[in-house]
Amino acid sequence: MIVDVLSFVMLALGGFFVFLGGLGALRLPDLYTRMHAASLTDSFGTILTLGGIMLQSCWSLATVKLLTILFFLMMTGPTASYALANAALLSVDDPEPHPPPATET
Amino acid sequence: MYYAATAAILVTMALALARALLGPTVYDRVLAVNMFGTKTVLLVSIVAFLSGRPDFLDLALAYALINFVGVLAVLEFFQKKRHYERPR
Repeated sequence: MIVDVLSFVMLALGGFFVFLGGLGALRLPDLYTRMHAASLTDSFGTILTLGGIMLQSCWSLATVKLLTILFFLMMTGPTASYALANAALLSVDDPEPHPPPATET
Repeated sequence: MYYAATAAILVTMALALARALLGPTVYDRVLAVNMFGTKTVLLVSIVAFLSGRPDFLDLALAYALINFVGVLAVLEFFQKKRHYERPR
């Protein structure tokens, strides 16, 4: 009973975070801010959703499979984010234009 | 509650597709496709328990790995493409 309630709460929170990240990935203005929103769904949405399902699977082979999926997503998500940010940063000639030097009086 | 999470993930996949269609740069599209793939893994996992067939989790695991390799391959291609297109 308590496990069911906890699982439902985790699934609801996971769905909420996933929706929030999708909304941010659509509406935020920059590539890096969009990556921030997408990493929100990758971390919170994945952990809460898979954890919510894991509580429903009551120690069977499915729990081990869900743990494996969670492990691989936790490993591959930051790696893909790093590769994406690295490629995007290398693709522009001057990634962060320096501000003009302050004029000294 | 499975249905609520499934609906949220489907809406997020639609939003990611919209971002992939109107992304200004190619990296926005790669980001959206990566997000779409991760959400596909979550969707397959939830549908496996929704329909009472936990064997679908193997498909979710395979899809996670293929998605990762695909995103890395596309990013590597764009880096190398720009390198090769440099005038000598």
